[in-house]
Amino acid sequence: MKRSQRGMWPYLFLTPAIVLFTLFLAVPIGYTVYLAMRRTKVSGLGLGRGARTEVFVGFDNFAAALADAELWQGWLRVLGYGALVLAVMLGLALLFALLLDSARVRLARFSRIAIFLPYAVPGVAATLLWGFLYLPSLSPIREVLDVDLLGASTITYSMANVAVWGGVGFNMLVLYTTLRAIPRDLYEAARLDGASEFQIAVRVKIPILTPAIILTTVFSIIATIQVFTEPTTLRPLTNTISSTWSPLMKVYRDAFVTGDLYSAAATSIVIAAISLVLSFGFLRVVRNRAFGEG
Amino acid sequence: MRANRLGAALAVVLTAALAGCGSGEPAAESTGAARSPAAAPQGPVKLTYWAWAPNMDKIAAVWNKDHPDIQVTVSKQAGGDDAAAKYLTAAKAGNPPDLVQAEYQHLPSFIAADAVADVKAETDAIKGEFTEGLWKLVTLGTDAVYGIPQDSGPMMLFYRKDLFDKHGLKVPATWQEYGEAARQLRKKDPKAYLGTFSSKDPGAFTGLAQQAGAQWWSIDGESWKVAIADEPTKKVADYWGGLVKEGVIDDMPFFTPEWNKALNDGKLLTWPSAVWAPGVLSSNAPKGKGKWAVAPLPQWNAGESFSGFWGGSSTAVSAKTPNKAAATQFATWLNTDPAAIELLVKEAAIYPAATKAQSALGAAPDYFANQPDFWQQAATVSAGARGFTFGPNVGVTYNAFKDGFDKALQSGTPFSSAIQSMQDATVADMRKAGFQLAS
Repeated sequence: MKRSQRGMWPYLFLTPAIVLFTLFLAVPIGYTVYLAMRRTKVSGLGLGRGARTEVFVGFDNFAAALADAELWQGWLRVLGYGALVLAVMLGLALLFALLLDSARVRLARFSRIAIFLPYAVPGVAATLLWGFLYLPSLSPIREVLDVDLLGASTITYSMANVAVWGGVGFNMLVLYTTLRAIPRDLYEAARLDGASEFQIAVRVKIPILTPAIILTTVFSIIATIQVFTEPTTLRPLTNTISSTWSPLMKVYRDAFVTGDLYSAAATSIVIAAISLVLSFGFLRVVRNRAFGEG
Repeated sequence: MRANRLGAALAVVLTAALAGCGSGEPAAESTGAARSPAAAPQGPVKLTYWAWAPNMDKIAAVWNKDHPDIQVTVSKQAGGDDAAAKYLTAAKAGNPPDLVQAEYQHLPSFIAADAVADVKAETDAIKGEFTEGLWKLVTLGTDAVYGIPQDSGPMMLFYRKDLFDKHGLKVPATWQEYGEAARQLRKKDPKAYLGTFSSKDPGAFTGLAQQAGAQWWSIDGESWKVAIADEPTKKVADYWGGLVKEGVIDDMPFFTPEWNKALNDGKLLTWPSAVWAPGVLSSNAPKGKGKWAVAPLPQWNAGESFSGFWGGSSTAVSAKTPNKAAATQFATWLNTDPAAIELLVKEAAIYPAATKAQSALGAAPDYFANQPDFWQQAATVSAGARGFTFGPNVGVTYNAFKDGFDKALQSGTPFSSAIQSMQDATVADMRKAGFQLAS
């Protein structure tokens, strides 16, 4: 009796989590899968009662999503954009974290906040702000630099710039916090061995930071795959961003602009699957080095 | 992390659910009131009305005072395509409002989704209050009536009178003259443009195509005819494409900070727009007050007096409402009662659809105080404005417009190829859905 009672306790504690998980994760995912396998079928003019019915189409929507050239071009664009963002953002984050942690830094507190602050600006606001800076007749940048920042060849960089500006702070903070947790005597030992500050950074700090770098990379991969805010907000300002620039934009367009929830559901499942593959793939590749696991 | 990864998959569903939730309570109320719609002691009928025209709540308050048995609550919406998407989602979720402000181009999508009611029986008496062209927009040329016209947006040419005088430009009466004026201006002021072609505003282009006589959709018996790539439309597209390519017309989109600045600084001298333009100009280009004037749109053939429509909406009754009669009664009052129309003009700043109201408009908008005959001009233009039946997938067509013309401006391909891509996307989508298409 007593034992069975004890056996119930864990489940009781788990209930809120399970209920929330079911309501807000499992059920919506289930519904998305359900929608993805259906389609409306119209007869005749499609006007009035009964002219439109929902039918089961199996994997047709998935097949269409996978065969959609526009979606794959979207992936290519996002891949280029993502590689740029990842390299620059994480590189800068690491650089800033190391600089802030170095012994000779001045104004550390101010710099830390200044670098972190853009992260606190919501994505839409940040993109609008940068968008205004990019517009030819309003931009102060254009007065010194004669480049069309919203042109076909520059738009990826302009967009990556917004993401980097907003993302460096967060990643820098994650890395910096990890650095602060490293016992100081390690550096002392290195110094006694004659290592310079630069050598300490490269030979001691970066290897210890590896798990944190991997964590921030995975986060960033997921965030760039889901890029939506920057291109969507910049779109009204330029002719260079199509309604299907990124995969997620295509989902939005299908669901809410052209009114095809079913294709949108199928495409979003494809996107989730690809995100899973990419982030787990990355983890698998680096796991040995980072965590010393088999 | 997991939540993040799945976020992509969830976003759509959650948004749909939230859009539905927004209207949950009021819809429940009206269902409650509907259990015995005829029995008076049950309390007043409660209706919800989604609209984005300004001050609609004040107008509803006037109605509510005089009709204690039918109480209307206005729920203010964001306008445009988002509002249409939200209404369709709510209708699909099963809890739409009782009444909705439906733009003419979105009405067919609402009808196709079975989201609006046929109110033919209730509106037979008021048919004569509207021009045939506007009435066709709410019937799609069928026997049913899916909404009551509220406002319309006949297109006119807005131009900077002071700068036209300064540069010695003549107000163009034909599109050919418009092109000539564009060239002249570039010579006189290389920093200014006569106008711009916006790849972001399919509505404006639709109006210009209508002026030229386009019939993008039509219903022939039991099948749809799609003719977006028809001769008039191609003519309009190639005309603008030529001017842009020549460099005498700019290609920046409307309604951007860049565009505002150009208007404000006198670097953009005309705007072929609709009757509601004064409101936009006064907020986006406040410096131009008193400097702009209005003329009929340039014509394709000298001596004609055609125009098209950019914007305009109707009031539609939800197919799901249990109070169809009461809702239609309110919609009828709102759009045909003289007192209500006066409020629409004064409070909501719209150009009413009812014919007799158009000629009764008084003082010109503040921004056009120098043009006392503003409304008379509008009424004249309105009489020559022609529209067409919108199809059931305007969202697809308009999206193809934006992508197609963005591409044309970027890569310098002919504008008529963008028109062809609109036609192809529209036909492909209708075919996929199973609509009957005339070959």
